[in-house]
This record gives sequence, structure tokens and C-alpha cells, in this order.
Amino acid sequence: MRGQEVDVGRTLSEKILGLKAGKPVRAGEVVTVSPDIILSHDNSVAIIQEFRKLGVKKVRAPEKIVIVLDHIVPAADEKYAQNHKSIREFVAEQGIPHFFDINAGICHQVLPEQGFALPGRVIVGSDSHTPSYGAFGAFAAGIGRTEAASVWATDEIWLRVPETLRIDLSGRFAPAVSAKDLILKIIGDHGAEAANYKAVEFSGPAAGDFSVGARLTLANMSAEMGAKNGYFAPDEKTLKWLEGRAREPFQALVSDPDARFESVLAYDLGTLEPQVACPHAVDNVKPVSAVAGLPVDQVLIGTCTNGRLEDLEAAARVFKGRKVHRSVRCLVIPASWEVYRGALKSGALAVLVDAGCVVLNSGCGPCLGAHEGILAAGEVCLSTSNRNFRGRMGHRDSGIYLASPATAAATAVEGRIADPRVRS
Amino acid sequence: MSRGKVWKYGDDVNTDVIFPGRYTYQIMTPEEMARHAMEDLDPEFAAGAGPGDVVVAGKNFGCGSSREQAAACLKAAGVRAVVARSFARIYFRNAINLGLAVLQCDQAVDSLEKGDVVEVDFSAGEIRSSRGTFRFLPLPASVLGILEAGGLLEYTRQKLGLDKKE
Repeated sequence: MRGQEVDVGRTLSEKILGLKAGKPVRAGEVVTVSPDIILSHDNSVAIIQEFRKLGVKKVRAPEKIVIVLDHIVPAADEKYAQNHKSIREFVAEQGIPHFFDINAGICHQVLPEQGFALPGRVIVGSDSHTPSYGAFGAFAAGIGRTEAASVWATDEIWLRVPETLRIDLSGRFAPAVSAKDLILKIIGDHGAEAANYKAVEFSGPAAGDFSVGARLTLANMSAEMGAKNGYFAPDEKTLKWLEGRAREPFQALVSDPDARFESVLAYDLGTLEPQVACPHAVDNVKPVSAVAGLPVDQVLIGTCTNGRLEDLEAAARVFKGRKVHRSVRCLVIPASWEVYRGALKSGALAVLVDAGCVVLNSGCGPCLGAHEGILAAGEVCLSTSNRNFRGRMGHRDSGIYLASPATAAATAVEGRIADPRVRS
Repeated sequence: MSRGKVWKYGDDVNTDVIFPGRYTYQIMTPEEMARHAMEDLDPEFAAGAGPGDVVVAGKNFGCGSSREQAAACLKAAGVRAVVARSFARIYFRNAINLGLAVLQCDQAVDSLEKGDVVEVDFSAGEIRSSRGTFRFLPLPASVLGILEAGGLLEYTRQKLGLDKKE
């Protein structure tokens, strides 16, 4: 650790990347660093293909590579089965110790649970929702597959130190309003490009009130503002959650009080109502009251954004003693097997199954349109996921609305987009 | 220097409409990828695109998923450059890593229309058409080395001291 004066007035991203680069850095500088973790999932097979083209025999640092099969699990057809098989063979050939097969969950839930996502870490992942690990104060950014192949071979990546947009949070959520509503509101207000190339720091007097799960939701969806990384300063809650999970000692770095932020936004949680992102853009956001009553064909509760225990329990509270509307297919996907077991123990899963929800294996499910609940032409899905681009979950003439788990459950019961604050 | 026609789109063109997720985890050749390029945005694109063509779009081009095929499929369809007001960051990196030029130029976006014939002169930093000549922003030094090497794989091979593959 460098002397205190060297770090005066620096943001978390400047501090983490500076420590990694071995010199003090400021936003705008480009550094070459050796990342702590390199994440990939089913797309590892494409990374392997690029890696082979390099002509390198061995990955440089097998212990840094974490591979989680989560996108199409179990394999939906022969092609996906062959992909998984090729990945398993590569893992064995290269001696990659951290491999999670189809019975683990979504990478962005598994890495935190397994103690890889730690404060101060530099994590790169060939998935656009890699910023999720900022929930723990890590510097985590998404990359592409060729880049991942190159990092496997070299153990190095160049990164531009980002400017930081700070979002100060104050007040308390009203009942049935949650982190998902907040991030949709922020993206709706400021647009899908609001944080392009930037870091987003979630801060302010209410930041400490956010559960680890809620922090993951916000950091995850910072990607939908274009952010390179989105994060919370690690605090007591972070440390407590990581107890018994963290694989290595870590340093809980935070931004200096006099750090330079490019801009600052402020949100009062108490003024928020449930929000819905309408087709076909994440920043096409309206209050639920503006779209309530619109019939839906499918509801999805899960994904790396909102598939955690607290999300399933929020849905279960709405479903308690009620049924999924007969015109709706309601899919539930626990984000990981740890979440799955937790929801079994807490009774949430029993409530969801009794209500008529279809529970699927932990994974990405139909979020990216590859399997398990694809939409037909003209169909509408309300989902707790993070993207509603045209055709993402199936036919190009289907529509996706994004909302919180509570809004999703209320919608499944009504058969129409419904306000979770109103109980019919 | 390249010469081709313009395909014009709006703001926030996302990777799902450039290359749909339903194909993302299927291994495809570049030619197969090209057949699905822009499938959910512009069904005419895949059949009509040719060598030297330029995609012109508004802000935040390539937002969304990290799927590299969204850059690869355009390159395979013949697209030489994407000209936009701005690019989503992962798309920008992916394009550079694959050797697809990503150029920022507001004036070109304001002026060019679908079907215009344009020349991109990379050494002069200019886009030329009957509507005028437009200068694009020079690429940052950090990425020029990768483009000059012909993409990240070649760049990495050079860095590792491996011989170039044929």
C-alpha cells in the first residue's frame, strides 16, 4: 500500500487501478494491469477458439480464470451440448481449478457466493454485466471474447481509468418499491448512454441501507447506463456478507472524501414509485401507473439482476394465498443453487410453486432468447431482467417490459401489468 | 481507403438487433454471422451489404451485451467502418480488437443518408461523399497499435514474440 498522501483526492477506480499499475493514476490515463479474475461462461468455447488461434499452449494464470456454465444450462440441443463438452475438456487440459458446471447458477451470483468478488479486486469478464461485482467495491468491467482470449494468454489488459459519476441516495423506499425501481428511474431520467465509459459510484446517506442483493441489482444495471464499472463503497455489510466466503485477504478501499467526481446526481428514495421500462429500450421508463392494465403473456422472475433470495421472497409475499393468472406463464429462476436452497428453506419456493409458477434450473433462462420460455410473435413478457431490446427474448415482434420482482408477481396474479402497492 | 454505400440508423443501436441473442451461443463462421447481421433492425441489410460499406448511426452504437459477433458480423458483411456520434465501450473495444474501424464524426452523421456512396480515407482521417468531406476524430494512441497490428490476436502474438500466422 502506498503512502496516504499519494492517494489523497482519488476515486475508488483511480485507487484500485493505481495500486495495480504500481503508480498513482488519474481518470483519463491508460494503464496496463494484471487482473485478479477473468470470468467467462458458455462463451468460453468461443474464447477457446480465439485462444487456439494465438498458438499459445497454456493459459498464463489458470488460477485466475473462473468459468461458470450458466447461459444454456442444461444444454438445449446438440450444439450447446458440444460447446459445454469442449469447455469441460479445455478446463481439464489447462488445469483450470475454478470451474462451475450446470448445477451452480448465474456467474454474477456464483462469483460473489464463492468469494471471488472482493473489494479492491480487478475483475474482467466476457459478459456485459460484469460490473455487478462493484457491489463489493471491486473494479469490474466487461470485455469481449477475443480480448478474454488475449488476457488468458498474457495475463494483462489495458484499461482507461474512468471518470466517475456519483449518485447520492437519501431517504427510504416506500413499501413495494425497491432497488430495481430506483435504477430504472435513474436510467429513464438520464438515458442509456449517461455513464458511457464512466464509473458510477452509488453513495449518499442511504447507500449503507442497501442490502448486498440490492447493491448487486444497482451495480448490475449500471451497465445499462453504459458504465464501465458501477460500485458501492465496501462497508460493514459488505464485510459481514463476505465472512466465510472470501477466498483471500483483501483491502476495503473507498473513494477519498475529496475525490474528484465528474458529476453528481441525487435521488430521494422516498419519492419513488414502481417503475417499468417499456419496449424496446431500457431507458424508455414510465411509472407503473402509466402502463398498468396492459395484458401480458409471460412473467419472468430471476436473472442476474433480480434472482436472489430477497427477490424471490418479495415475489412470494405478493403471491401468498393467490394464483398466477390463467392467461400467464410465470417463470421463476433462482439466480444460483445457493439461492435455490435458501428459497426452499425459507418456504418462498413453496409459495411460488403453489401459486402456479414454473421453477427452472438456476441460469440465465430465456433472458437472452436462447431457450426456456421464448416469446412468439405479438407476445408480451414482463421480466425482472435487465434488457428489453427488440427480439431479445424471441420473436422480433414480441415486447419486453422490465420491472421489480414485486411488480412482476403482482402482474402475474392480475394477468396485466399491475402496481404491487395495490392489492385487488 | 475504402469505398462503399451508407446504411443509416438512429441512436442506441443495440447488440441484440445487430446480432440476435438466439444465435449468440452457436458457433458460426464469419459468412454465417454475416447472414444474420442487423436481422432484427433492418431485414434488408444482410442481403444488400457489400465490401466497403459504411454503417452510419447516432449515439451509443453497440450498447448492450458484450457479444463480439455484433462487430464480427458487420465486418463479415463487408462493412469497413461504423461512423457514429459515440460508441458503447465494450463494442468499441470489440471492434478495434477485430479490426473493424469505429469512427466518431458528428458532421458525417448529420449529413450522410442511406445509399450515399462514401470513401473512407484512413490515412487522411477523412470521410468523403458528394455531400462533403468530413474529418473523424483520431483514435486514441492506446488502440492504434492494435489496429495497426491487424487486430488484438496479431497484436498479442507480437507481444508474446510469436511468429505471425499465415
